[in-house]
Amino acid sequence: MTVGLEHYLTVAAILFALGLFAVMTRRNTVALLMGVELILNSANINFVAFSRYVETGIEGHIMAAFVIVLAAAEAAVGLAIVLAMFRNFGTVHVETVNRLKR
Amino acid sequence: MSGDLVFYGFALLTVLAGFFVVFSRNIVHAGFALMFTLLGVAGLFAQLGADFLAVTQIIVYIGGVLILILFVVMMTRMPRGDSPRRGFDHMVPAGVLAVALFALLYKVATGTDWPVGTPGEAVPTISEIGTRLMTTHIFPFEFASLVLLVAMIGAAILIRERKIEQMAEAADEAAPEVAESAAEEVQS
Repeated sequence: MTVGLEHYLTVAAILFALGLFAVMTRRNTVALLMGVELILNSANINFVAFSRYVETGIEGHIMAAFVIVLAAAEAAVGLAIVLAMFRNFGTVHVETVNRLKR
Repeated sequence: MSGDLVFYGFALLTVLAGFFVVFSRNIVHAGFALMFTLLGVAGLFAQLGADFLAVTQIIVYIGGVLILILFVVMMTRMPRGDSPRRGFDHMVPAGVLAVALFALLYKVATGTDWPVGTPGEAVPTISEIGTRLMTTHIFPFEFASLVLLVAMIGAAILIRERKIEQMAEAADEAAPEVAESAAEEVQS
């Protein structure tokens, strides 16, 4: 069976489920952010795959590029929050940090 | 067909490394596994004819986001044995939900009759993307630069030095470095 759209969508679905599992279960905030990156990557695979097989053109590529831009911004701000959290609470575990200020 | 073999190789790399990212108890191992996942996704992009995105994925994600993540992992390490409850929470309900969601997505992906066209030869996309970004997509393009500027300033403000007595000493020394690297990553 030759590789088609379904194969890419399946890989993206696996990545999405993995990222969701990481976001729901991990206690370390940095691992949680890694799960978010997995989810964004799975969405990007879908954009590019549909852009190749269904809407043959380049629109999906541009959308995926914007997603990458937003993921970079999200990672910078999210990791800055993690560092501020570590300075204020001395830990990066999500269940320990349940107040907005010390 | 050799193209199919390449796809299966990259897909296997992506999925196996993704499992390692999610299930590894050691956060440093998870970070390095994330590198292989991102590489696999870049390979899938290249396989789909998205040459610009494949290169961007490697530059921004592996060269930027991943390095930032590893820096933060190194700066927020706690002494060994200091964190008794690390690892996972709510394994069973989260696992059921994730598997159910995958089953649903898989059913939709394989069961739907997509209007699949015939993908032509993969052509270089860089000039086309550049033209579109400067003409029809000029507003989102400029807006993305604004978002990056705001994120850069926000990250710098969030981790600036504060006079808090019980500040962790390691984080105290490392904070200016992070502000710089965060700013650099956002610029890239």
